[in-house]
Amino acid sequence: MHTTSASTTLDESQPLLLSHFDDLEQQHNASNLGMWFFLATEVMFFSGLIAAYTVYRALSPEAFHLASRHMNRVLGFVNTLVLLSSSLTMAMAVRESQLGNKKRVVWFLVATAVLGVGFLGIKAVEYSIEIHHHLLPGAHFQIPSEDLTEMKEVSSTPEELGLLKGRFQMMFVLYFFLTGVHAFHMIVGIVIVLIMANLMRIGWFSGHGTTQIEVTGLYWHFVDVVWVFLYPLLYLID
Amino acid sequence: MSAPAVVVEDPPEDYLQEHTLKSWLLTTDHKRVGILYMISVTVFFFVGGAAATLMRLELMTPQGDVLATPDAYNRLFTMHGVIMIFFFLVPAIPSVLGNFLLPLMIGARDLAFPKINLLSWYVYMVGGVMGIWIMIFGGVDTGWTFYTPFSTMYSNTMVVTAAVAVFITGFSSILTGLNFIVTVHTMRAPGMTWFRLPLFVWSHYATSLIMVLGTPVLAISVILIALERLFGVGIFDPAIGGDPILFQHLFWFYSHPAVYIMVLPGFAVVSEIIPCFARRPIFGYKFIAFASVAIAVFGFLVWGHHMFVSGQSMYAGTIFSILSFLVAIPSAIKVFNWTATLYKGSLRFDTPMLYALGFIGLFTIGGLTGLMLASLAIDVHVHDTYFVVAHFHYIMVGGTVMAYLGGIHFWWPKISGRMYPEIWGKLSALLVFVGFNLTFFPQFLLGYLGMPRRYYEYRPEFQVLNVMSTAGASILAVGYVLPLFYLLLSLRKPANAGPNPWGATGLEWQVESPPSVHNFHEPVVVTCEPYMYSPEEAEREYAHDQRVHNA
Repeated sequence: MHTTSASTTLDESQPLLLSHFDDLEQQHNASNLGMWFFLATEVMFFSGLIAAYTVYRALSPEAFHLASRHMNRVLGFVNTLVLLSSSLTMAMAVRESQLGNKKRVVWFLVATAVLGVGFLGIKAVEYSIEIHHHLLPGAHFQIPSEDLTEMKEVSSTPEELGLLKGRFQMMFVLYFFLTGVHAFHMIVGIVIVLIMANLMRIGWFSGHGTTQIEVTGLYWHFVDVVWVFLYPLLYLID
Repeated sequence: MSAPAVVVEDPPEDYLQEHTLKSWLLTTDHKRVGILYMISVTVFFFVGGAAATLMRLELMTPQGDVLATPDAYNRLFTMHGVIMIFFFLVPAIPSVLGNFLLPLMIGARDLAFPKINLLSWYVYMVGGVMGIWIMIFGGVDTGWTFYTPFSTMYSNTMVVTAAVAVFITGFSSILTGLNFIVTVHTMRAPGMTWFRLPLFVWSHYATSLIMVLGTPVLAISVILIALERLFGVGIFDPAIGGDPILFQHLFWFYSHPAVYIMVLPGFAVVSEIIPCFARRPIFGYKFIAFASVAIAVFGFLVWGHHMFVSGQSMYAGTIFSILSFLVAIPSAIKVFNWTATLYKGSLRFDTPMLYALGFIGLFTIGGLTGLMLASLAIDVHVHDTYFVVAHFHYIMVGGTVMAYLGGIHFWWPKISGRMYPEIWGKLSALLVFVGFNLTFFPQFLLGYLGMPRRYYEYRPEFQVLNVMSTAGASILAVGYVLPLFYLLLSLRKPANAGPNPWGATGLEWQVESPPSVHNFHEPVVVTCEPYMYSPEEAEREYAHDQRVHNA
């Protein structure tokens, strides 16, 4: 804000001050802080599930080991790359909004949304492979035969085998729920990014929309960071 | 960097001036949102109260004779719990008094996000209407805690709808908490440093932290319940590898701190009333402020004491027991500080003060029995008995509802501009205090003697105490209904309260009653500490301020 206001015409670049704030800095800080605290609630949203995953993994390492072998590491890795790139384009959008280059902001926002959709597409492919192999928990869930044989080898009693089977499914419950909630956040994020791009295109923002784009960026990076935790947790631990 | 913002001259009218329905339903004024909440929590309070009345009638005799089936009783106490906790106790003080007062107290024109504030009311109403809808079309019989595996496998009631209603209402809580935190951080007037904040604001800040950090975990656990019921994913079902105790961990991680969501705002109100009617600066300001934050932090570490008999390890039990004792320290700090403020004060026993004193008494009893429940061995004896019921009613009803009513009476002149008849106010405070003790003290005895909670029939030897309890409940009901009448009737009079009927300090008392739309006509600058009451002036004020006593 400090660096750029000289570069554009005055009436366009003068951001709108809402009537209950004293000055623009206060307004900007409030929006940013609001998003940070909102993200704190989101952290708690995921952390209960992540704690559940960790506890169950510690309780039944064999079952979780067998189950996580079915994770598609390659697709997960590609997805991580796609998502990290989207974070880069988002950061570029924020930077350009600070510099006041509205066209480039729109361009970078659209790129971010496209990468986000790409992530979801890859995720959908992954889901469909898993569903095809009957790994979606519920009525159609079926433990692959090679895992069943291995489970029978390591368990000494029928109860132990039953528990292993249950925990095997539990891994997929948590996997689908965690990635599903994450995907839901991605969808929300893509919608917001596209709305922001359109508002920027039609010149709806007074000023450069810096605050709005920054706050959107915070959300987008957060969703990204969650994936950075989910990927090793679900795919890589062995 | 830029030119100073253009100051728009505030219209001189107060915030109640506009009367159209649209002006209320689309308002972003924090004061009006507070009023919207006041109306809705009052409705929910009386709906939940009606359920409680029916239960007390049922329990007057050892046989089940008022309600047709035990099942009907189960649905009744569930709805009593769900409505009272999620739709009354959690939102009452923060959403009504907090919304109304927080910006006024810190010298702001509104909360940081006025539209989100209105949104939170709508979200709350959606959840609330679902709650009522459930009640009419079948009900839920799991208890407000939705314990698995009963809720996920056996109950044939509307558990999913109830879970979704709670989930939705949770977002209202999160939004309110978020708004308060950001407002306190960014909207304070010049000179309003952190240690000049009224303790009301400190308590609400701590409450908001719990709301923001706890509610999402509740949200996730009720969504898991819905998933388990709808798709049988097996996260809580032991037959397919799940663990019902997992639900209790997730649920109590929110729901124990939630107790402090309910009672910390009560502390907030009492910390304002006590110094005003003792005419003394509050004793140990910083201790009370930090105690609020400490309670918020400790609150997250004690959930395991709800699971002493769930089969968790002895070590876990011991640790949770010790941690639970720790919460008593900041709570006791507050009680001692209020008592020290009262000591040698020039006490005035107006209605808010009577409620505040009642609060201290009831909260102390509730807190001390809380220590008994935190002790592993005693808890095993009284677990799931009426002792527990009495304990949490002392904290949540004796604490929160007393404080809420005290706060409503204290700030009613500010909110409405009207004084209420003092004699009726005192009578209601007295009836509530007496009725409350008569209702719930016998329940301590019942529980200690072994009467289990959630039963709709009981052994005949428990009848005397149960009849006492029901008698107390009817007194309590009168005490609760009275304010509804005289406060509403006071609205027929012209505004007569004046800006500061109690001679209180604090920014909210420096604006007219009811306040104008944008709260302050000129920029506020704060130059002194809070609670600058002087005992010497108290005598003069007695003589001067006749309006209060003659109203």
